[in-house]
Amino acid sequence: MAFIQNFPFFSIIISLFSGAISSILNGRAARVLNRIVIIVVAVLSAVTLFYTWGTGTSYVFWMGHFPAPFGNEIRAGVLEAGMAVFFCLVMLLSLWGGREHLEEEIEGSKQNYYYILTNLLLCSLLALLYTNDLFTAYVFVEINTISACGLIMIRQNGRTIEAAVRYMIMSLLGSGMLLMGLCMLYDLTGHLLMSNIQEAVAILHASGEYKIPLTVTIGLMTVGLAIKSALFPFHTWVPDAYGYSTASSAAILSSLVSKGYIFLLIKIIYRVIGFETFHDTKIVNVLFVFGLAGMIFGSLSAIKEDDIRRMIAFSSVAQIGYIYMGIGMGTRAGMVAAIFHIFSHAATKALLFIAGVGLTDASGDNVRFIPLTGAAYRNKIAGVAFAAGSLSMVGMPLLSGFISKLLFAQAAVQNQGKLLPALIVLALSTILNAIYFIKTVIRIYTPVQSDFAGRRIKTQVLFAVSSVLLVVLNLYLGCMSQFLVDLIEKGLGMFA
Amino acid sequence: MGANLFANFGEAVAMVLFGIGFTNLLLQKNLIKKIIGLNIMDSAIYLFLAEKGYIEGRTAPIVVDGIQSVEAYINPVPSGLVLTGIVVSVSVTALMLSLTIRLYRRYHTLDLDEISALLKKEGK
Repeated sequence: MAFIQNFPFFSIIISLFSGAISSILNGRAARVLNRIVIIVVAVLSAVTLFYTWGTGTSYVFWMGHFPAPFGNEIRAGVLEAGMAVFFCLVMLLSLWGGREHLEEEIEGSKQNYYYILTNLLLCSLLALLYTNDLFTAYVFVEINTISACGLIMIRQNGRTIEAAVRYMIMSLLGSGMLLMGLCMLYDLTGHLLMSNIQEAVAILHASGEYKIPLTVTIGLMTVGLAIKSALFPFHTWVPDAYGYSTASSAAILSSLVSKGYIFLLIKIIYRVIGFETFHDTKIVNVLFVFGLAGMIFGSLSAIKEDDIRRMIAFSSVAQIGYIYMGIGMGTRAGMVAAIFHIFSHAATKALLFIAGVGLTDASGDNVRFIPLTGAAYRNKIAGVAFAAGSLSMVGMPLLSGFISKLLFAQAAVQNQGKLLPALIVLALSTILNAIYFIKTVIRIYTPVQSDFAGRRIKTQVLFAVSSVLLVVLNLYLGCMSQFLVDLIEKGLGMFA
Repeated sequence: MGANLFANFGEAVAMVLFGIGFTNLLLQKNLIKKIIGLNIMDSAIYLFLAEKGYIEGRTAPIVVDGIQSVEAYINPVPSGLVLTGIVVSVSVTALMLSLTIRLYRRYHTLDLDEISALLKKEGK
């Protein structure tokens, strides 16, 4: 076994232990450790990506060298590794962009707690990406939930605690359903490792035995993960959780945490249930309908919103709807579009949250629209970054949002049954997106003599760097998307 | 149908309990009642697992009298899963309770809707 094959395991264990070590460090040291860990994990994942890209196959890593079906396993392919690199990048940029706020909004003695939570979050995200064992996935889903809850409530005020409680309640409902589903699946198949379950499910499906329990199981797991990733009717916790937490937390939560659950769902669809079996249960249609509903209602709520942070949060609901619509198409092309949108939305939403906070800073910490008028002139970098993010969300060519909309449209054309609703809602949702994003961009670029104009806004170097890098990431995804599409195609090929 | 229900009586009870817990966690206004609902829901899952792992007439999977035959013991994996699950649900419950204490100290009520109304009044 090549030494490189250990790297996924190393990256999980490094982030886990750095979380424990951070608890005895002071805020500054914990921050440095956190940055080092993220960069090291990104490098390790990149090496894994090149390795798996070179060999052209995925590999399975036996934890403690116990062969299946006894031991626990890690499995790495190009998609997992690519996603790990991307998650590390976005996390690093989000933490840089919101750093000034972090230091203001968190008590000095509690600074290191934030980095414990981010390290644990990174660890659980990596474990969700790489694990090949369903019960391990459940445990890390819970770790992910707990650390995400900590990220919300680390900024201490009534709003965030209430948001954290609402987040926890919805998440616990979701993980309860996920646990029930996988316990039933264990009873049906007698296995916990994904590949073994898949074989057993294929036999069950072919023989037609236990048809109803199997459908119920798949439904429980899918709905559980959909609740956790804020699919439309279960999105009530989103605006509070993203709107009032500190900027880095909001960026990380919307662009990474919910994506981790969606990736786990995609993995369950391909590696546990099997794509054909999943498709035959018709649950794809349910996901499709709720995805479409989310695209419309998320945008409508965003239009009504008067608070820029909450508006961006509602836009997340709509974008999660896009991803579920892609999954719900039930075709390979739809899945590729959905995964591309995971990447594209992660890059854009982190950019919007970071830029949004720069704009509110330049307006005396005011999140309402009227005081934000002309904010782009007071903080030029934030203005440009916000405009770029908005245009990407609306689907301007050259930016990543355009490519994902294009992929969704292409996928819809290949699926006759869902062609019309998908295209109509896609167009409608694009118009709605344009209404609230362009409205905001016009608002921040309207010149005005405001009270804040005279006040010097200090330029924050890290904020500028991370905004510019996120814009560049967006442009890269928009202009050179073919590499990523190839990567996704190849990764999905390795899933089967 | 009737025979199946009788044979899987424990599982049926577990499902009913799961439903009760789930509904309580979702619909109760009082935070403490919500947390009780959460615990009922999780315990129902453990009951389900324990029922599934138990095999009539066999003993716990601990070798005592040198009997090493697989036939003598029940399936140990569900018990392991229950243990892991208990650890997770204890930590989640502790987190929820601590959040509840925070909210209670601030707003002197356990009703989540009332807290939301108070937050709106604060207008922040």
